[in-house]
Amino acid sequence: MIPAAFAYERAGSVEEAIALLGRDEDAKLLAGGHSLIPALRLRIARPSALVDIGRLDDLRYVRDDGDRIAIGALTHHDALVRDPVLAARCGLLAHAAELVGDPQVRHRGTIGGSLAHADPASDLGAVALALDAELVARGPEGERAIPVAEFFTGPFTSSLGPQEILTEIRVPAVERGVYLKYQRSARDWATVGVAAADVGGRVQVALASMGATPLRATAVEEALAGGASAADAAALAAEGTDPQTDVSASSEYRAHLARVLARRALEQL
Amino acid sequence: MTSVAITVNGQLRDAEVEPRQLLVYFLRETLGLKGTNVGCDTSSCGACTVLMDGVSVKSCTVLAAQADGSAVTTIEALAEDGDLHVVQQAFHEHHALQCGYCTPGFVMATVSLLQENPNPSEGEIRQALEGNLCRCTGYHNIVRAVEAAARAGG
Amino acid sequence: MSILGNRVLRKEDPRFLRGEATYVENLTLEGALTITFVRSLLAHARIVGVDTSAAEALPDVQVFTGADIDISTGPPPIPVLEQRMRRPVVATDVVRFVGDIVAVVVSLDRATGVDAAELVSVEYDPLPVAVTTVDAAKDEVLLYPEIGTNVAGRAGRTDHDPRLFDGCDVVVRDTLVSQRLAGCPLEVRSAAAQLGADGRITAWLSTQVPHRDHFGISMTLGLDPAQLRVIAPDVGGGFGAKSAFGAEEAIVVWLARHLGKPVRWTETRSESMIALPHGRGQRLELALGGKSDGTILAYRMDILQDAGAYPGVTAFLPNLTALLASGVYAIPRIEVDGVSVVTNTAPLTTIRGAGRPEAAQAIERMVDLFAAEIGMDPVEVRRKNFIAKEAFPYQTASGATYDSADYEAALELALRAVGYEELRAEQQRRRDEGSTRELGIGISSYTEITNPLGEEEYGEVEITADGGAIVHTGSFSHGQGHETTFAMIASERLGLPIEQITVVKGDTDDVPKGTGTFGSKSTQIGGMAARGAADEVVERAKVLVGDYLEASAADVVLDVGLGRFHVAGTPQPSLSWVELAERTAADGRLDELKAQHEFQAPPTFPFGVHIAVVDVDVETGKVDLERLVAVDDAGTLINPLIAEGQVHGGVFTGVAQALYEEFVYDDDGNPLTGSFVGYAFPSTADLPGWEVIEMETPTPANALGVKGIGESGTIGATPAVWNAVLDALAPYGVRHVDMPCNGENVWRALQEAKA
Repeated sequence: MIPAAFAYERAGSVEEAIALLGRDEDAKLLAGGHSLIPALRLRIARPSALVDIGRLDDLRYVRDDGDRIAIGALTHHDALVRDPVLAARCGLLAHAAELVGDPQVRHRGTIGGSLAHADPASDLGAVALALDAELVARGPEGERAIPVAEFFTGPFTSSLGPQEILTEIRVPAVERGVYLKYQRSARDWATVGVAAADVGGRVQVALASMGATPLRATAVEEALAGGASAADAAALAAEGTDPQTDVSASSEYRAHLARVLARRALEQL
Repeated sequence: MTSVAITVNGQLRDAEVEPRQLLVYFLRETLGLKGTNVGCDTSSCGACTVLMDGVSVKSCTVLAAQADGSAVTTIEALAEDGDLHVVQQAFHEHHALQCGYCTPGFVMATVSLLQENPNPSEGEIRQALEGNLCRCTGYHNIVRAVEAAARAGG
Repeated sequence: MSILGNRVLRKEDPRFLRGEATYVENLTLEGALTITFVRSLLAHARIVGVDTSAAEALPDVQVFTGADIDISTGPPPIPVLEQRMRRPVVATDVVRFVGDIVAVVVSLDRATGVDAAELVSVEYDPLPVAVTTVDAAKDEVLLYPEIGTNVAGRAGRTDHDPRLFDGCDVVVRDTLVSQRLAGCPLEVRSAAAQLGADGRITAWLSTQVPHRDHFGISMTLGLDPAQLRVIAPDVGGGFGAKSAFGAEEAIVVWLARHLGKPVRWTETRSESMIALPHGRGQRLELALGGKSDGTILAYRMDILQDAGAYPGVTAFLPNLTALLASGVYAIPRIEVDGVSVVTNTAPLTTIRGAGRPEAAQAIERMVDLFAAEIGMDPVEVRRKNFIAKEAFPYQTASGATYDSADYEAALELALRAVGYEELRAEQQRRRDEGSTRELGIGISSYTEITNPLGEEEYGEVEITADGGAIVHTGSFSHGQGHETTFAMIASERLGLPIEQITVVKGDTDDVPKGTGTFGSKSTQIGGMAARGAADEVVERAKVLVGDYLEASAADVVLDVGLGRFHVAGTPQPSLSWVELAERTAADGRLDELKAQHEFQAPPTFPFGVHIAVVDVDVETGKVDLERLVAVDDAGTLINPLIAEGQVHGGVFTGVAQALYEEFVYDDDGNPLTGSFVGYAFPSTADLPGWEVIEMETPTPANALGVKGIGESGTIGATPAVWNAVLDALAPYGVRHVDMPCNGENVWRALQEAKA
């Protein structure tokens, strides 16, 4: 379908984008557009204006900062897949990026756009959560680092203020990480996704499509920390979750998948 | 309205576009390049696939305004001096098209794939083309065509 | 050296490869207005009022309602069906499905049309809904209160013979659902129309049936058919979904006439998913009885067909299912009862297979259940009950007369190709190891009916001034390659290379009559019509050659290999087609080298065996299709390359039904799978390659020996995959899984079996 009409501005810098967002409270940011434009075409999203930050090339990078990797928010999924630094230091994220959409989507979609969209089914959202990533945002009040645990606040809702822009995502260097995605078909969203990572000696597990936001499987983590086997810990994967019943799956099946995939992810870790 | 200057098939095109105009409609309706098709409205089917700055993108999920300053290649530009491109020729030889509606999208996606991975396995081909849907061929001959194009130096 | 039987590359390919195809949306139509439909968001409601004022306040926007466009589509073409459930093209009093048209917006451009459509305000008084066939069959919520029932058609007999299963040691029963599917042609519907200065309307339609549309739209609009020209240009797939015009196309033509301006419409995919007619939608209660030695004695089917909100030909589908009830087996006693009911859902139609996939799904599942019950290998049970090769033509107990087949040979080919024994060994190995990845092997042996209506097709061949030929056909290829296949057929008769033969189709001004393309009939009637016309042109050429060579026409022969005419026994002097064309043109007699031929033949029955190999993850339930071996015998293969492509595409659809796709409505009749995101249309990454094996048992029905192959792949594949899933799950006590056999449905079946 054709989107409802909107005004369009191209921002030459992050500061300019912040200012443009400030002028119109119904304006939205446009990065790769692969979350926003589908919503525009179905007229689910009806912003009055789009602020295009797609040309801010200085927000595309992957930088090895020692025990952390810093990733520019506008880095394309495809670049994450191919980046040698990421492959070496946080392969989990590179692997998950390869499961996002299809090649055409990965050529345009960005990690910042994906995370800011806050889809509870987001692969990168679950991985970021498992990694305890830090999301750097810049707004009219300056820059702040948001722990990912505070970032997703509801379905398609993040804690970003109306004029805030994600500029960088920081993830720990992680040697062991697994992301398993169950889909009805290869091009489908995650029916359920499970990310597991050894972050500084602690196994952390996060789930996609098991609630209103990506969720940490805290019951699993605590069981593991208490010495439980992978199988016993994974049996708790659905605790504290609230999976939907929709055309892709029932909530019972999602809970079952979470348990199975959690066990497999922990075994593969 | 917003101004764009997009290089399409090697030619610089200037235009005023409505911000909401999708790149695929800019190509089809403003420039009259009707080889690129619209097959869905959820960025699923890939019939609209073109190359933008050298890589495959779904032109239904790009605003014309976003393409300002970019170089876009459509199916119409593939054949050189009338001769079919290696990928087009392979699709022909392997009967990889029936109704033809998904074909330009598959061909452009294949061109992009072979640029990034000149020697893909069958599994890699099938993964790489999951963003393109076909209802007629059952995909079998498309995969064979891509393999043949790769062998021919696609 | 005949060209027939060769893998000839398609003549039509270049324009599609180069992006120069002529789909309706690509048409340049100066000054055309855009049409946008306003559609109901409720499944069943009274329309209280339609407020178009806000929409019409937009510049150059007009809105039409049912009061303005007061026409209804015609009755279904089959007299035994309920004739009164007609569809007003724009709903006036009541909407009956989500997607029913309530208003029509005309604007200068598409974007304004969408903006305006949003502003049309419709006030509804919601009514109770009957969404499922089971509910609708109760006749509590009526879609047509004045008719008093939701029944739109019946098939078979309603009384049950209590002695049907006498003599059976075993009777197995199950209820199967052949779930609703969406056709999903990659090109959605598109239409354009223009009133010419001469008062004739030209309509460009994305259709499979230009002549049927021509007749039907003329009738619907009360037009003299001579005043309408229908042109079907390149069409991006149909699969049965475009085998009848809809309310939309009628409205487009009506507006062209009413406004006196060109108009055009292209639906969105989301619109197409909910409003382009769907397929399947059959619920079958089945019972199969036989002896412990594997002999099948009796079979009963109770069919409940979903006919959607506006029934049309759909209500007839159970009749086709009933006709094919026996499958490939010599079952002595068959009883079928079928009823079609309207529901508050989108209309359904004859999607690829049209009633025959359901028949194959039913009998093949029941044969496997029977085999399991008596502890016999499903291969052996099939062999024991096959109609013998010598028995053809064979009349089945459900009234079909099969022409020719060799089921045993097809089975042998398939078993060998798949490596049946090794697979059974691998299956056992995994079971012994307690693997959570179970192997399943599923067999389907099927037959089906092509050219089911025994139609007559039109063909014309004319020689051109430059000595080439044009074939005009009433068939309408929308991916099936007739521009190549029919050229090959004509080439073989005329002795002209296919490069010099052009196939023309789709324009009712150019081809006077035709039945279009559906039902896998085109090569066997359209190809034969072209062949007959070519033969007649050769006969006329002989008369002319006789004149020029001063011989009797009876003594003139055509050397097909050289493409030259001469007197029998005397190779020189001779005339080529070029020379003959030149001379006859010079003499003003070129138009004598033109002939028409109409060819009619009864239905034919292709058959085959498909074997599917699946890997089932019994923890998640996910099914991966590892292999699909397809032996499909559709008689003589004119172009094996194209025939194979038809099988590939057919198999894809069959597998998609078995494992992935279902069109779903919620309890209120809201479509939940109304886009390519919700609807699980599989991609390249979900499927293996297909192993297609050729087999040709010619039919006596026509001189070429051809049957139809377009739907065989679909019909054979679904039961093979379904049976494979059940085969994998047999050790777990599972005897039923709902299609699509996706992870959830398999998991549920496993849970139920444990309980």
